[in-house]
Amino acid sequence: MKKLVLLAVFALATVVTYAGGYRVSLQGQKALAMGHAGVAVVNSAESVFFNPAGLVYLENKLSISAGVSGVFSTVAYQNETFGTYAETDNPVSTPLYFYASYQATDWLALGLGVYTPYGSTVEYEDDWAGSHLVNNIDLQAIFIQGTVSVKVNDKFSVGGGPIYVTGAVNFNRNLSRSLTDLEGNRSEVTIDATGVTNWGWTAGFMFNPTDNLRIGANYRSEIILEAEEGDADFQNVPNSPLTPFVDTQFDAALPLPAELTVGLSYEFCEKWMFAFDYNRAFWDVYESLSIDFANPQVPDSENLRNYKNSSSYRFGLEYKATDMFTLRAGYYFDETPVRDGYFAPETPRNDSNGYTAGLTVNVGEHFEIDASFLYLHFKEVDASYDFYFDQGVQAPFRGTYKSSAFVPGLGVSYKL
Amino acid sequence: MKNTINICLGLLAIGFVSCEPEFDNPVNEEGFYDSGSADFSNYVAVGNSLTAGFADGALYITGQENSYPNIMAGQFEFAGGGEFTQPLVNDNLGGLLLNGTQIADNRFVLSVGPDGNRAPVLLDGEPTTEVTNGPTGPFNNMGIPGAKSFHLLAAGYGNAAGILSGAANPYYARIATSTSATVLADAASQSPSFFSLWIGNNDILSYATSGGAGVDQTGEFDPTTYGPNDITDPNVFASVYSEEVNALAAGASGGVLINIPDITSIPYFTTVPTQAIPLDAATAAAVNAQFAQYNTQVLPLLVGAGIITQEEAAARMINFSAGQNFPILTDDDLTDVTQILIAQGIPDETAALLGQLRQANNNDLIVLPASSVLGTLADPNNPLSVIGVAVPLSDNFVLTSVEQGRVATASAAYNATIQGIATANDLAFVDARAALRQVAQGGVSYNGGVLTSAFATGGAFSLDGVHPTPRGYAYTANIIIDAINAKYNATIPKVEIGNYATITLANNAPTQ
Repeated sequence: MKKLVLLAVFALATVVTYAGGYRVSLQGQKALAMGHAGVAVVNSAESVFFNPAGLVYLENKLSISAGVSGVFSTVAYQNETFGTYAETDNPVSTPLYFYASYQATDWLALGLGVYTPYGSTVEYEDDWAGSHLVNNIDLQAIFIQGTVSVKVNDKFSVGGGPIYVTGAVNFNRNLSRSLTDLEGNRSEVTIDATGVTNWGWTAGFMFNPTDNLRIGANYRSEIILEAEEGDADFQNVPNSPLTPFVDTQFDAALPLPAELTVGLSYEFCEKWMFAFDYNRAFWDVYESLSIDFANPQVPDSENLRNYKNSSSYRFGLEYKATDMFTLRAGYYFDETPVRDGYFAPETPRNDSNGYTAGLTVNVGEHFEIDASFLYLHFKEVDASYDFYFDQGVQAPFRGTYKSSAFVPGLGVSYKL
Repeated sequence: MKNTINICLGLLAIGFVSCEPEFDNPVNEEGFYDSGSADFSNYVAVGNSLTAGFADGALYITGQENSYPNIMAGQFEFAGGGEFTQPLVNDNLGGLLLNGTQIADNRFVLSVGPDGNRAPVLLDGEPTTEVTNGPTGPFNNMGIPGAKSFHLLAAGYGNAAGILSGAANPYYARIATSTSATVLADAASQSPSFFSLWIGNNDILSYATSGGAGVDQTGEFDPTTYGPNDITDPNVFASVYSEEVNALAAGASGGVLINIPDITSIPYFTTVPTQAIPLDAATAAAVNAQFAQYNTQVLPLLVGAGIITQEEAAARMINFSAGQNFPILTDDDLTDVTQILIAQGIPDETAALLGQLRQANNNDLIVLPASSVLGTLADPNNPLSVIGVAVPLSDNFVLTSVEQGRVATASAAYNATIQGIATANDLAFVDARAALRQVAQGGVSYNGGVLTSAFATGGAFSLDGVHPTPRGYAYTANIIIDAINAKYNATIPKVEIGNYATITLANNAPTQ
C-alpha cells in the first residue's frame, strides 16, 4: 500500500501530455475506452470530472475511481531542404486521476476529484534545428475539485463545484538561432516556476427524458496560470553589453482554456450503450506566450500563438458481455487549435484521430478493474511557425511533423 | 504465468517501438539524398586559410568547425559521405606558439568600450596551440592558412625550423607528415574519392593587403625568389595549379575547383572611406598655405624640367577644404623627386615628404588597419604631425588604382586558368567571384536576413575584414554544393545559413 502511495505521488509529479494544444484527455479509463465520452454517462465516480450532475444518479453509497495512464509519445520533425531531422525523447508521462462520490441523501451527492487535464512534456535534443523555439518544456497542472450533485427529480439534476489548480512550468530554449559564447556553446535560457495556483469552477446538468436516454452538458471555466517571480536562468551568454542577459525573475501567464461539453448516452438491446460527446475548447484566450523579465535590461520575450477555438467529437460503445466483463471501444476526432503559420514545436499538434478500446473486469462485489488503450494518430503535416524574429527580421521555422501517442491505462473502481 | 507476462510485455514493447511515427519519406533513410556520380566517402579539401576555417585573424576551434569543407562534409553524410577529420587547434583563442613563444595573435572579438563605441580587439588569453606539438593526421581538411599556389608543392614548407625565416608555414608545420613533406603529397596520399581545391587567393591577397608593398612578379618564373607580398606570375600559377589538380583528381570520382574572388570588394578595402579627414575651413586654409609653394612653384618647375608629366603634376596637387578630405599619402608608383628637390636646395626632410606625395582620390582603396592611424599624430609631441594632413599615410595603407590594376590582371589570369582546367578535367567549377560580387553589391537574402559585406554588421565577414564568418562560410558551402549537385547529378541538401553565427561579441575582462 505504501508503495502504491509513493507511486501515486510520483505519478502526480510527472503528470502530463496530449490532445489539442496542451490539453490531455485522459480523465477516466471507462470513458477513455469509449473515446473519452462521458458527459451523459452514469457508471462511476468518473462523473466528478465528466459531469458532476450525474453523480447523484449513482446507485452506491460510496463510489471511488482511480487510475493512471502511461503516455508513450513521440514527435518527429524533418526538413527536406536542409536534411535536418529531430525526434523527441519524451519521458513516459503518467497522468493520474482520483474521484470519490458519496451519496449523502437521496437527492444530494458530494464528490472530490484530483486530475490533470492540462500538461505537456516535450524534449527535443539540445540545439536541434528548432532550438531557438524550444529545447524542452514540462508543463504541469493538477486540478483539485470539490463537487456537489443535486437531483431535482428523476429526470433532471445539476452539479458543480470549485476547482483549485496548482501548476508548474519549466521551459528551456536557445536565445537565438546562432548566438554562442566564445567556446561555441549555444546561449540559452531556462524559465522555471512552481506552485503557480489559481481557482476556477465547473458546472453541469443532466436530463433523462427516458429510461434509456441521458443528455448532459458540462462547463469548466477558464483558469489562467499566472507565474510570478519565476526564475530565469541564462547560460552561455557572451560577456558583452550587447547581450545583456543576466539571471533574473519573470512573470508569464498561461491560460488553461474553458471547455464546454454536451452529449448523450443511449442504452439499447439491454447490454449495449452508445455515447457521444461534443467538446468545444475556448483556446482563443491563448494569444501569446509573453515572458516579462524583471530586469529591464533583459528584453522581454513575446511569442505569438493566436490559437483558435477547437472542437472534439467523441463516440463510444459499451457492451456488457457477461457479469464479469464489460467491453468498450471508441473513436474521437480532435481538432487542433493551432492556426496555419503558428505551428510551434513546443506543442506540435495538428488534427488527430484517437482510437480507443478497453474493458472492465468485475473482481468480487466491490471492485472493478478498468483497462483502456488509446492510440492517437496525427497525419504527417508540413507546417511552419512564422512569427520568430531574428533581430527584427521574420524568420519562419518550417518542417514536416509527425506525431503519435500510445496510452495504456489501468484503473480501479470501488463501490460500497 | 510468469512467462506469459514476459511475452505480453515483450509484445507490448515491440508494439510501441514499431509504432514510432515514421515519415512517408524520411530524410535520414538511405537513398533520400543522392550523391549522383560522385563518391563522397573520402572527401579531401585543399587550400589556404579559407579552407582551414580561418576567421577573425586567427585559426580557432569553432572557426574550424564552421569551415566550408566541414559544413559540406556534414551534408555529404546524407549521401555516403565519410568521416571528415580536421587538424583542430587547442583552443578558441587562436594564437600560435613556436617553442613557447607566441608567433600569431589571438582572434579578434567585437568589444564595446566605456563610451559605447564598438571595435574589434584581440581576445585576451594565453594561447595553447604549440606548432611543434601538432596532431597526427591524415586530415581531410588540408587548408593551410597563408599558403599560395606554389607553396602546396614546396618541400620544407612544413619544416618548423624554417618558420621564423619565412621559408615554412607554422600551420603546415603542425601537421606535416615530415619536414620535407609537401601539402599536396600529404593530401593526395589520402587517395581522395572527392576533392575540392581553392588556392591562389594569397597569390594576390598579400600584395593587396600590404597596400601593394610587394612586387608584381609577372614574368619571373622562379617562385623561390618571391617575397611574401609579391604577386605570383600567372604562368607559375597555371603550372602549379595544373599539377595540383592532376595529383588530386587521380583516382577521385570527381572534384570541385573554386576561383578567386575580387578581393577589393571585401571589407578590408571598403570600410575606411577615402575621404576620412574632417577639417574646418580655417584649418583647411592653413594646411593649404603650407602646400601653396609645392602646388604653384615646385610642381610646375618639375613639369618644365621634363621630370614629371603635366598629368602627374595634376595628380600631385594638394588641396584641402572645409568638410571631409582625402588624406595625403606616399605613392611608390609616382616619380621619386626627393633627390631632385634636395639638389634644388630644399631641406632633406621636406624633400623626402614631397618625394612621392599626392592626395588620395576616389580610385584609391584605404585598408582597414589605416583606421587606427589616420588622423593620429605621427609624433605625439607635435600637434602639427597629423597623419593624412601633414604627414603622408604610408604606401602600405593604400591600394592605389595602379596597384588594383595589377591585382585585377593577375586574378583574371588565374581565374582563366582555373576555369580552363575545370573544363579540361570535367570537374565542377564554382564562380566564387560572382558569388562574392552578389554579397558585396546589395547582398544575398536568406531566411531571416540579408548577407552583405558591410564590416562587422553585414554578417558575411569576420572581424579581420578578409575572412568569412561561419555564416559566410555556410553561404560558401551552399554555392559549392550547388555546383557539385549540378555537375554530378547529386542532391546534397544545403544548410540554413541563418543558423550559423556571425561575429563574436566579447569584452575582455577588465584588468585589475
